[in-house]
Amino acid sequence: MKVTITVNGQTHESDVEPRTLLVQYVRDTLGLTGTNIGCDTSSCGACSLHVNGESVKSCTMLAAQADGCEVTTIEGLAKDGVMHPMQTAFMENHGLQCGYCTPGMVMASISLLKENPNPTEEEVRIGLEGNLCRCTGYHNIVKSVLAAAQAK
Amino acid sequence: MIPAPFDYKRASSAAEAIALVGEYGEDAKFLAGGHSLLPLMKLRLAQPAVLVDIARITDLSYIRDAGDHIAIGALTRHMDVEKSPIVLQHAPLLANAASHVGDPQVRHRGTIGGSIAHADSASDLPATTLALGATYVVQGPNGVREIPATEFYVGFLESALAPDEMLTEIRVPKMNGATWGFQKFNRRAQDWAIVGVAAWKRGTESGVALVNMGSVPVLATSVAQAIASGASISEAAELAAAEAEPQSDLNASAEYRVHLAKVLVRRALESTNS
Repeated sequence: MKVTITVNGQTHESDVEPRTLLVQYVRDTLGLTGTNIGCDTSSCGACSLHVNGESVKSCTMLAAQADGCEVTTIEGLAKDGVMHPMQTAFMENHGLQCGYCTPGMVMASISLLKENPNPTEEEVRIGLEGNLCRCTGYHNIVKSVLAAAQAK
Repeated sequence: MIPAPFDYKRASSAAEAIALVGEYGEDAKFLAGGHSLLPLMKLRLAQPAVLVDIARITDLSYIRDAGDHIAIGALTRHMDVEKSPIVLQHAPLLANAASHVGDPQVRHRGTIGGSIAHADSASDLPATTLALGATYVVQGPNGVREIPATEFYVGFLESALAPDEMLTEIRVPKMNGATWGFQKFNRRAQDWAIVGVAAWKRGTESGVALVNMGSVPVLATSVAQAIASGASISEAAELAAAEAEPQSDLNASAEYRVHLAKVLVRRALESTNS
């Protein structure tokens, strides 16, 4: 089937099988491999990206369901070589260890601050309940999100 | 993990969706947010030949004040139920339960109608709407009918919906100042409840329903009867599992679930949220 999806500002018309998952579409069809596949069961959040500005788990969405939508992946955050404030906050606060969960954490965190611009520490922890860090590096991830909220 | 192949159809109205499903029969499934169906399809536990995507039927996404009840379109997402001023004011128990479904990413996609139509006794919203005395409006090829929540859940993942009927609206009576509690006991933040309880109380009136205490969501009528005849909350909570037939699984034995149900019903009824 034909789908038209705008990813990181660029519109793509693609022919996909109906069963193509959105995460496969961005990784395999478009070659945007910054979005990771973790658990593949909508538990871990590694595949989080934005559809129409809201975080979703792209392993549990069909490319067909994103037809006509605006998708943003981790690759779409930096503008003209300047990192998104959330990326900067993760870097400055050491919000990552192995880095595997990081793209999903960053995307979920941006969506979180959009809905709640000044969260408490507890609200950040609850707001990121859908993203798992197997390094258990949560402390600095939460610190990063709070710093990004401050920086705005 | 990739689902087995299927044909994808997109409906722009309830009537079109019902006609499409009617055309393909039992091989077709409605696709709303997909957060119950797609995981099952990826595990090949479900292999529908046709998916009818109903998520773009925008006139089924709404929350309205309808006098003595609130009317919620079946395609309203959990995040919209959770944050709706109308739901927060008139059915705060439902808003709170919606905020406990999955995680934010799941709540950006999943819908109240999808959760109820999936009829999973381990899900939060079937039991919560049951406790609140909700009525479900369903549309089929021969018109519209209303099904009380008490008659909707007939077996494990099985509802009173016919294969070609679609849930279109959830009607939730206003809580009118009742106190309420929602208790969800689990080991990890985003998990399904090992046992959950949705409860409200207004004087001697109450409604209590249990999550994951059997193959269907359970209305704890013995608790409500005890409250109505003047029992204390602690006494009534001892009857929490009277209607339940809990299973043992990796997370908890049936006996432990019964214990949890009593404790959680007490906590939910003692809550002073209003």
